[in-house]
Amino acid sequence: MSSAADAASSSLIVARDATRILEGVVPVTLVRGINMTVRPREFVAITGPSGSGKSSLLYLLGLLDLPTSGEVLIGGKATAHMDEDERAMIRLATLGFVFQFHFLLPEFSILDNVMLPMRALGQLSLDEIRARAHQLLDALGLSDRAHKLPEQLSGGQRQRVAVARALANDPPVILADEPTGSLDSKSSEQVFQILRDLVDQRGKTVVAVTHDLGLARRMDRRIQLVDGAIATDAANSHLPERSP
Amino acid sequence: MNLVLDIAVTHVRHRARQSLVAVAGVAIGVGFSIMMAALMEGSQNDFMKVLIDALPHITVSDQRRQAPPQPAEAAFAAAEIHGLTPQVLRRGIKNPLAIMAGLEGWVPGAVAPSVKVQALLRYAGRDIAASISGIDPRREPKVSQLATQMRQGDLKALYTAKDAIILGDRLAEKIGARLGANITVQTTEGARVTAHVVGLFHSGVRAADEGNAYVLIKTAQILAQQTGLVNELRVRAADPLSARRIADRIESETGYKSVSWQEANEDLLSALVIRNILMYTIVGAILLVASFGTYNIISTITHEKTRDIAILKSLGLRQATVRRIFLLESLIIGLLGAVIGWGIGFGLTVLLGSVEFKVSAVTEITRLPLAYSLWHYVLAAVVALLSSLLAGLFPARKAARLHPVDIIRGAT
Repeated sequence: MSSAADAASSSLIVARDATRILEGVVPVTLVRGINMTVRPREFVAITGPSGSGKSSLLYLLGLLDLPTSGEVLIGGKATAHMDEDERAMIRLATLGFVFQFHFLLPEFSILDNVMLPMRALGQLSLDEIRARAHQLLDALGLSDRAHKLPEQLSGGQRQRVAVARALANDPPVILADEPTGSLDSKSSEQVFQILRDLVDQRGKTVVAVTHDLGLARRMDRRIQLVDGAIATDAANSHLPERSP
Repeated sequence: MNLVLDIAVTHVRHRARQSLVAVAGVAIGVGFSIMMAALMEGSQNDFMKVLIDALPHITVSDQRRQAPPQPAEAAFAAAEIHGLTPQVLRRGIKNPLAIMAGLEGWVPGAVAPSVKVQALLRYAGRDIAASISGIDPRREPKVSQLATQMRQGDLKALYTAKDAIILGDRLAEKIGARLGANITVQTTEGARVTAHVVGLFHSGVRAADEGNAYVLIKTAQILAQQTGLVNELRVRAADPLSARRIADRIESETGYKSVSWQEANEDLLSALVIRNILMYTIVGAILLVASFGTYNIISTITHEKTRDIAILKSLGLRQATVRRIFLLESLIIGLLGAVIGWGIGFGLTVLLGSVEFKVSAVTEITRLPLAYSLWHYVLAAVVALLSSLLAGLFPARKAARLHPVDIIRGAT
């Protein structure tokens, strides 16, 4: 096995020359020629100006979107030829998503929202699922909010619920799209700390899109996009301080 | 609760008002379908009952399906012969008693002989044409409902007077004859008797009540001017629906034209088939229209829930799972509508059954005849569920095909 193949199999997510062009009257290139590797226990920030393709890249890495050319490998497996259901299964079991807007189901309680991915996966009994959901909410300081509806929670609390839901099936990777984008500074810090702990204490890998340079600097690695392409990709200690 | 069912129930429950309207649409459709089916089948059953009761199940007449060849045709094997005087055959069934004995050996039911004559009834200066049947009062109750249809007098009264006659009540009314009147019965061949009215019957079939009269076989034979004549055998089958099969066998064994009640009323029965097709078409149309309400609510839900669908799909729910959620919502609406519709249908049917009507075109009834059949309820529910499922199919497919990134990108 070549060293490149070894690297791919030991990496959680690999993008190889991934390009995404939005078809239309005037085709728009969202991201182009992306080559990157996300290794276990990394806390990666994707930064860049608005419209630079940060979220589009995250959707490609999270199999929510397909590259127009190039490929994305998850756990060493090529995903280009997988059908929609196979990609859905990878999202359910291997990836956890946290979006800028919490995206909780408004008619379901907090507990139900956290239980949802586990129920969809169907590997645990309902009692086990409920117990695990309580455990996650408890760990995120939301145990007393379990039976509330999302609208009864603050923005920061909702985002913590979204993190709990992302962790429901214990995926190795959490993909977060502007997880603190709609929060005040106190809540932002809380959510960031939770993500940090996920990497440091629970061995998870977190890839987060963020505008917040301060938070990006506190992550392990920063990938900066400009016009859909990677401008810089380096560990934070090697990067000069500049705007995201 | 299963996740798909949980989400579906939550969606329907949280749009209570819209869901209720859709459920009400299906329920009213199911309810009216059940009521209509009960009414249609009830009236059909009633009609059939009157039809079956009013006439013998099988009538064996002294005719043949095809006229027998003339002796000259048979003797010379000629294709066509002109100018011959045709042989006049003696009327009536040959050896009727022997044929009756043979039939009684295998026909499940009863057989009775009769003599049918067309005559003119005259009373108080009024003349009315009527069909006179000569019957055996002891055998008659076994082949017809005449005994139970007697309004005045009874069948045995035919023995009480010389040339006694029983008239249909409308016929009696038309000529103005009452019980005890002496009326003149005259045939076109000139036979004439003065008959004593000993009874009146009412079958409920206007044609029979206005145009039929009964006398003893002997009296009818006098009117036909032929001693020993029996020109009709009437059979009442234990199972009226087997009449056609029995009639075919009688005809093949005796050679005489044997007509079952189904054959005699073929046009009416065809009309009933068309009526049923019409009924089921209308019932289907009602439920199809009701399903538009379901389509509306499911479309609205999928439209309102695009963000939720995107969330579910981004979390990893498969297309088929998302599709099942919305199909299940349609089914929930259909099922609720069907169950409530059963209640409405039963209530409407009972209500309709309690209203008095007078319909005198063909039969006389005071209440609408209704049929309570489990089949109506099952059929209405199945059609309601299928149309609901169909109504939910397109929105569900649309929801399942939704691309989550399009929604998430739009929201952020």
